[in-house]
Amino acid sequence: MAVFVYAENINGIYKKAAFEAVSYAKAIAAKTGDSVTAISINPTDSSDLLYKYGADKVINVKDEGLKNFSSKAYAQAVNEVFDGNVIVFPHTTDASSVAPMLAIQKNYSLITNAIDVPESTSPFQVKRRAFSGKGFMHAKADAAGVIVTVSQNAYGVKENAASGSEEVKELSITNEDTKVINHEQSSGKLDLKEAEVVVSAGRGMKGPENWGMIEDLANVLGAATACSKPVSDIGWRPHTEHVGQTGKAISPNLYVAVGISGAIQHLAGVNSSKTIVVINNDAEAPFFKSADYGVVGDAFQIIPALTEKIKALKGA
Amino acid sequence: MKILVCISSVPDTTSKINFTADKSAFDKNGIQWVINPLDEFALTKAIKLQESQGATVTVVNVGDAGTEAVIRKALAIGANDAIRVNTEAKDSFSVAKEIARVAQDGGYELVLMGKESIDYNGGAVPGMVAQLLNFPFVNAAVGLDVNGSEATAVREIEGGKETISVKLPAVVAGQKGLVDEKDLIIPNMRGIMSARTKALQVVEPSNTEVKVEAVSFDSVAPRAAVKLVSAGNLDELVRLLHEEAKVI
Ligand SMILES: Cc1cc2nc3c(=O)[nH]c(=O)nc-3n(C[C@H](O)[C@H](O)[C@H](O)COP(=O)(O)OP(=O)(O)OC[C@H]3O[C@@H](n4cnc5c(N)ncnc54)[C@H](O)[C@@H]3O)c2cc1C
Ligand SMILES: Nc1ncnc2c1ncn2[C@@H]1O[C@H](COP(=O)(O)O)[C@@H](O)[C@H]1O
Repeated sequence: MAVFVYAENINGIYKKAAFEAVSYAKAIAAKTGDSVTAISINPTDSSDLLYKYGADKVINVKDEGLKNFSSKAYAQAVNEVFDGNVIVFPHTTDASSVAPMLAIQKNYSLITNAIDVPESTSPFQVKRRAFSGKGFMHAKADAAGVIVTVSQNAYGVKENAASGSEEVKELSITNEDTKVINHEQSSGKLDLKEAEVVVSAGRGMKGPENWGMIEDLANVLGAATACSKPVSDIGWRPHTEHVGQTGKAISPNLYVAVGISGAIQHLAGVNSSKTIVVINNDAEAPFFKSADYGVVGDAFQIIPALTEKIKALKGA
Repeated sequence: MKILVCISSVPDTTSKINFTADKSAFDKNGIQWVINPLDEFALTKAIKLQESQGATVTVVNVGDAGTEAVIRKALAIGANDAIRVNTEAKDSFSVAKEIARVAQDGGYELVLMGKESIDYNGGAVPGMVAQLLNFPFVNAAVGLDVNGSEATAVREIEGGKETISVKLPAVVAGQKGLVDEKDLIIPNMRGIMSARTKALQVVEPSNTEVKVEAVSFDSVAPRAAVKLVSAGNLDELVRLLHEEAKVI
């Protein structure tokens, strides 16, 4: 039986989270000797993009009624085409809203925020994030089928080309409960949860007018920007950038923390970053205890200089 | 309007998280319990609707008697009454079943929750409750208004936000931004006194089977000691990131 995967697209376009979910489904399929079937709703991107990560089959659901997102209607759509006993979702905002509804419809176990391939597939058992980055849980599914959501950037994107085939499935699901009034989405901006590199700054930056240098550094690194909680509380930066126990949990390859003290609540959300660099003028800042590399000094001097040096490296 | 706010009782955010020696369970020794911070946004939003629209706000928690202090805090913040389903929360599914039953019996028009509990990070209960009740579901809400039989919600999406209208009854899961941080209510003496006499009903669970079992737990492995680079030698930092960590 195929391992299914929900390949999320945003306005028709596949993003990294979809490729990561397909890569993860492929890893499960390799263990169980099965094939991978991806389900996507109204994609405009080519299925070739999913074959590259191991999808043997892509079911493209076409449904005008699903033009706008609704957790319930999307769960229903996936339910119509999913006829296996394992399905993988990326733990993105939308996909992670669909998965619990599908779990009830199917009467399957739901395990969210998986960070590694399953330790066993029968019964299904996997390591997952818990306590907001302060621990891990090994969770075991007790039902006949399992729905698993994978934490973004935890498993990674792994190429593993399959010679895939595509099937189009026309559905007509009605969504009468929700209506979109306004949709604001910037396409150019790097998604914080998908980003491989994140430059984050805290109260040490003194004020929002000083964020230019943070953005410059982020630009040369191809990074997304983030901030500590108080910075978003006082409105220096938008809430969407707040990382930590009560904000977003992220796991980029590189996390650069500038003028952030390293409170336990902040660390919880970022300590699964692979490499952490801390820049702080207080040598006693707790963040240095949780960093791989550190510079003790004034961010206002260090950040512009560092930006130039990285620019030089990248230009070389 | 009747609003049900679901609160989970979680370790205070400053807690160090330890597990029992056999790693089979979370070690609750010395832990202070608080309302899940994301649920506090939901509760505050409900209190605002109570003030502006005369809504009544009931809080519900699925938990053993140990959670009552946290429930009393929600009452002190301003909820009208509370229900505790008397069972230790074991997995998202069984918790969702209990909440759905309470919601159904009480005929609530709006079920408000947090997007995720900071202890088990399920992010699962709200969607499950919505499906069990066959209500529409809005996740990651950063704005909410109620007008008659409809609500207008703003939800966070990747790279932006979306405003939607939702037919009530509905389930809405909130997060930071649903209300301003400065509007979070700190209970005053009057609130605390009145909370003592507000109704806290204890109902017995339906003993639903669990669908996910926590087999064991691991702590986070500590990082190796930090390598400090002097501020005058940023070339060395760039070199380390490029050659050693291979991240730039
Ligand atoms: C319930 C609860 C939940 C919370 N959740 C979160 C969360 O999710 N995320 C989060 O981030 N916080 C959270 N917090 C807040 C947390 O406890 C800290 O208060 C917060 O992380 C501190 O932010 P900061 O490091 O930006 O500011 P500060 O603690 O003020 O630190 C500023 C740092 O900048 C340094 N600095 C100053 N000037 C310079 C300079 N010129 N160059 C370099 N460095 C400089 C200082 O040495 C200091 O270390 C939470 C708190 C509570 C109570
Ligand atoms: N034991 C519980 N009692 C009441 N509400 C809960 C409980 N557990 C979770 N919830 C609600 O469901 C939300 C999401 O929790 P979770 O799915 O566990 O991450 C929380 O923010 C609460 O609003």
